[in-house]
Amino acid sequence: MRFRPPALPNKRHAVEHITSKMSRTGVAVAALVILAAALIAGAAIGETSIPFDIVLKTVANRLFNAGYPLEPLDEGIVWAYRLSRAVVAACCGASLALAGAVLQSLLRNPLADPYILGISAGASTGAVAVALLGFGAGVLTMPMGALAGALAAFLLVSLLAVRAGSGSNAIILAGVAGSQMFNALTSFVVTKSATAEQARGIMFWLLGNLSGVRWPDVGLALPVTLVGLLICLWHVRALDAFAFGNQAAASLGIRVRRVQIVLICTAAAMTAAMVSLVGSIGFIGLVIPHAARLIVGVRHGRLLPVTALVGAVFMIVADILSRTIISGQVLPIGVITALFGAPAFAFILGQKRARP
Amino acid sequence: MKISAQKLCWSAGNLEIVRDVSFDVAPGEFLGIIGPNGSGKSTLLSMMAGIRKPLSGQVMLGDLPIRSIGSREIARSLAFVEQQAETAERITARQAVELGRTPYLGPLSGWSVNDDDIVDAALDNVDMADKADRLWHHLSGGERQRLHIGRALAQEPRVLLLDEPTNHLDIGHQIDLLELVRRQELTVVAALHDLNHAAMFCDRIAIMDQGRMTAIGKPAEVLTAETISTVFGVEATVAPDEDGICHVRFRAGGARRNSARKDAIS
Repeated sequence: MRFRPPALPNKRHAVEHITSKMSRTGVAVAALVILAAALIAGAAIGETSIPFDIVLKTVANRLFNAGYPLEPLDEGIVWAYRLSRAVVAACCGASLALAGAVLQSLLRNPLADPYILGISAGASTGAVAVALLGFGAGVLTMPMGALAGALAAFLLVSLLAVRAGSGSNAIILAGVAGSQMFNALTSFVVTKSATAEQARGIMFWLLGNLSGVRWPDVGLALPVTLVGLLICLWHVRALDAFAFGNQAAASLGIRVRRVQIVLICTAAAMTAAMVSLVGSIGFIGLVIPHAARLIVGVRHGRLLPVTALVGAVFMIVADILSRTIISGQVLPIGVITALFGAPAFAFILGQKRARP
Repeated sequence: MKISAQKLCWSAGNLEIVRDVSFDVAPGEFLGIIGPNGSGKSTLLSMMAGIRKPLSGQVMLGDLPIRSIGSREIARSLAFVEQQAETAERITARQAVELGRTPYLGPLSGWSVNDDDIVDAALDNVDMADKADRLWHHLSGGERQRLHIGRALAQEPRVLLLDEPTNHLDIGHQIDLLELVRRQELTVVAALHDLNHAAMFCDRIAIMDQGRMTAIGKPAEVLTAETISTVFGVEATVAPDEDGICHVRFRAGGARRNSARKDAIS
């Protein structure tokens, strides 16, 4: 029998507890500062670069009626174009990364991401159907078509998964089957109906495009992201409990089926909203969560906020790059996320492996 | 806390996995369940744990039907260690044990000092305190299994259900683990492969054969040459050893079912 004085470890824990609480507040503040800095950078950097103080003054004018005298052109560029775009980029990065993190943990599959559920493929089909076949007779816009397609695809995949039986592989298999089918449908519609010019436009949208984004889009992106984040954070302990599988989670008192349904629906809704706004942007949902795991570990209480932050910042930076890398031309953002994200991920992976 | 099964049945499609199983386990008792592969031990245990809903019959935890108790409430009085649960996550030994506090933590209630102390005690109890910061995939099978027990103990349960806890462990670790479980003085129901271990550690032994519980009683009553031959298809002699614990010795050449024979010897 080993002797262990009871009072001492208690005190040690209490001290650790207080310091950890303090450091948590510090980390949260730091995270908000980083996010704000990224947003300002997103508004300042571009074809015409605008000084940071003008960006801040514009924000002050618009939000608090500060009344700084500014060049209307600068103010217009910052407010109407770049800031709305940066906010939507941040929401989009955060949502897709969160959706990926949640799906990976829930399905215990490192390959799971929003795209594996077939949502993005469905969204593409919906958008293409509206743009080329004239579905919805002018009432449905392309993003609305994408949203409808995304939800239809998710419903189909869910039905397939339910029929295929329970188990985390069922929904992955159903997702793969669903996305193959919707991708084929998209190709079919494009090949059959599009002119060369239209096909190029569709290609561009399919790879992700933030060009058309304005403030009304923030009205969809921001609430969806915040609500999604809250729902995910509400379930952090349940997500932790899935580490050893569904049965282990159930034996820890988690209502497995209910948590799965709530979180998968949340992930699907976040993805559908983002795809409908900016097209399908790959890579974020798959890789950002893995990068975040390597940085802060597997506990979801830390992992999910960090995933959202890294996703948001990464997407803002990717958007800046897509606008500035070739002057006078905007690259599809999906190209940037993959081109810059993949080596960055490989680097992080290498660093982690090198440590004993 | 006592736990009992009342006429439990479960089937997969047309295949009856568990047929009309009833038994009681008294508070503090260690009940071993033995039987060949596919005899329904795991299914029975998952029904006992409240994870699998029986097709008919019910499980009583204490004086209440387990169905009437919320899942978090169940997890606070009953812990279940399934067979070889694995993870691909980069989780540390301590984090694995911390999961045992899940049923006590809500979305808004934070981790407390008390939780830390309970996790410390559980790590100490399973003798893994010095390896608390090791990553899961750097640990041996025996250490992982001890951590699963530690996680279960962190749930502060009064009933412990174990599904073949000593699988794939070497003999030293098998004995260690069962001794560890024994000294917790909890109500234990464990599916076991090794008949001699069952005889050494269990107060009573139950035999599952093709979904039915064919015998239940003191080791010396249940482990007879005749029963072993009928259930496992192996010829054996059973004699009390110098400590008075019945000892099963298998005889080669009498095996009718190879797979069952191998399991029983392992």
